[in-house]
Amino acid sequence: MYRYDEFDETFVRERVAQFRDQVRRRLDGAITEDEFKPLRLKNGLYLQLHAYMLRVAIPYGTLSAHQLRQLAHIADRFDRGYGHFTTRQNIQFNWPQLKDVPEILDLLADVEMHAIQTSGNCIRNVTADQFAGVAADEIEDPRPVAELIRQWSSAHPEFSYLPRKFKIAVTGAAHDRAAVLVHDIGLRIVKDSVGEVGYEIIVGGGLGRTPMIGKVVRDFLPKRELLAYLEALMRVYNAEGRRDNKYKARVKILVHEIGIEEFRARVEAEFAGLDKSTINADPEEQARIAAYFASPTYAALPASDPALEAQCKANPAFSAWLDANRFAHKQAGYAAVTISLKPIGGIPGDISGAQMRVVADLAERFSFGEIRATHAQNLVLPHVAERDLFALWQALGDAELSTANAGLITDIIACPGLDYCALATARSIPIAQALSNRFADPERQRDIGELNIKISGCINACGHHHVGHIGILGLEKRGEESYQITLGGDATENAAIGEILGPGLTAEEVPDAIERLVETYRAERLPGESFIAAVRRLGVAPFKAAFLQETHHAAA
Amino acid sequence: MPLLDRTGTYIPDSFSREAGANRALQPFDGAEPGALAIEVANTTAPESLVPFFGAEMIAIGFPAYADGRGFTLARRLRHLGYTGTLRAVGPLIADQFAYALACGFDELELPEAHAARQPESHWKTAARAFSATYQRGYARGLNILDQRRAARAGGTHG
Repeated sequence: MYRYDEFDETFVRERVAQFRDQVRRRLDGAITEDEFKPLRLKNGLYLQLHAYMLRVAIPYGTLSAHQLRQLAHIADRFDRGYGHFTTRQNIQFNWPQLKDVPEILDLLADVEMHAIQTSGNCIRNVTADQFAGVAADEIEDPRPVAELIRQWSSAHPEFSYLPRKFKIAVTGAAHDRAAVLVHDIGLRIVKDSVGEVGYEIIVGGGLGRTPMIGKVVRDFLPKRELLAYLEALMRVYNAEGRRDNKYKARVKILVHEIGIEEFRARVEAEFAGLDKSTINADPEEQARIAAYFASPTYAALPASDPALEAQCKANPAFSAWLDANRFAHKQAGYAAVTISLKPIGGIPGDISGAQMRVVADLAERFSFGEIRATHAQNLVLPHVAERDLFALWQALGDAELSTANAGLITDIIACPGLDYCALATARSIPIAQALSNRFADPERQRDIGELNIKISGCINACGHHHVGHIGILGLEKRGEESYQITLGGDATENAAIGEILGPGLTAEEVPDAIERLVETYRAERLPGESFIAAVRRLGVAPFKAAFLQETHHAAA
Repeated sequence: MPLLDRTGTYIPDSFSREAGANRALQPFDGAEPGALAIEVANTTAPESLVPFFGAEMIAIGFPAYADGRGFTLARRLRHLGYTGTLRAVGPLIADQFAYALACGFDELELPEAHAARQPESHWKTAARAFSATYQRGYARGLNILDQRRAARAGGTHG
């Protein structure tokens, strides 16, 4: 894991002091509420429906046990004993007092954490594959470049007042788990024809009210040119992104309006004019950062643990958990394990302070002290020896953290929705809970197989509904909550925006409608065919028919 | 309107927007190359200003404090070789002072009411908020990457 040096430490401490001063100037009237708002947002502090909310950055989703314990402490002392993991690998605290926020930031700084740029019209927390450094199909660990971008984008003098927020994701693997095609910038680590490692740069993807799949703006960028290229691209966006309408201000709209060729030409012209040697990080700096992400010292283990088979036979629940929550590790005898934060009927992404401590302890016992947060609102222990899996499962079970549903239909992504969020137009959490209860039966979940349901409580799409295999968007129609269902979305390298199936539903109608879609899949699927593969093969028509038929009956 | 220099001190303005003034600050629209000082919108194409690079000052408007285009325009003018004074004109706040200087501005012209509630001490404190930042190539003192590089160079002599 990355560790702060004296410069990082000083920077974060000075940022806390700066925020203290900003709060003081706001309280004595030197700056207005309108002026203060972007300042607090750039420190992750939102004013929600009932209280302030503090969003803490977990850069590229990597956490240490030590850091997670501090988050538990903050949850217990300043929140109501829990935290909420988000779709950007961050954690939110929903009940802090404004007066306590500088102190919370101090506590974060004590463990090399912060809330910098988790909101506001600036470059946000950089996200990455949650299996970085673990996946066998990886060209290179994406975290060193994510860390370089984190540092470069922090308090950037030119790009802190952008037209709109700006999100960057990085993947180093062939299979995209970081959703790089639906980010403002997606970086894919690739090799060119002579084997040199560099980046494919994708621009202009995004969700929100105008979902778009990103386009390749640069096929191959040599590693050492990255910061100069990003500076050129951000400069074009800062100068030319629309500022007349906040709904048209993301870079995806600029790319769409002028076309990718013209956008590319403008970025390349800017890039060509830069004195790159004065901007780029030198290779030694890149190597300095990369060294922190070296693999831990694994034990030499056989490829599979002989006891595991017997443990599975004797404990079907353990076997089911392994099937769903184990991810193949590049190192023989190891696995990465997803800790589901989606208990049946629970609130997606919520975790209590006590549970955080359990996870921290287990990470130290079984995973070299390392934890990952995923954009699906779960946690991962990235380096668990196969021989420890059974003990880990038992310990997780004692803390109600052994739900066997990673990637299954009850592993639902949901934004906080109208229960918390000031922007929401409908509730998300109760819909997630109703669906989780409807599909609770583990046998049935396994039979359905991989299926991502994603729920957003408004058009801003924090729940990523556009790229859910089944997406649910909560709107408000004439004072009533109305849920629009989409089908066929995909956040991976096959990125697709889901298609709307028909008229909006009431909250009560949603579980039946989703069940009809699932039953259509079960009736039509080929052996071994996943839900999303079946949707791609069949098209939406049979699903739409099933969806509309019943809706029509209900309306009649 | 109140004018703040790069040290965070309010100073008298030697330019005037009055027509026919001795040291006139004139709008870019209608100005001729050779003008003493011109005032431009933040949407002005930087290349179109090259013929005016003999001007003692170029003032760039910030229509709102959250409109960051002026930072990029200043940076581009410095890239293109403008060496005169760059002035930011608009309702900037103290927290943007260091950014403005880093992007190449020399001074800030603020609305009266705005300056009235932000005394010099606020600007001076805000300008010192960070002893070093991460970006290379911006017009300010120390950056962290170069300090690390220097430390590496110093550490490899044995």
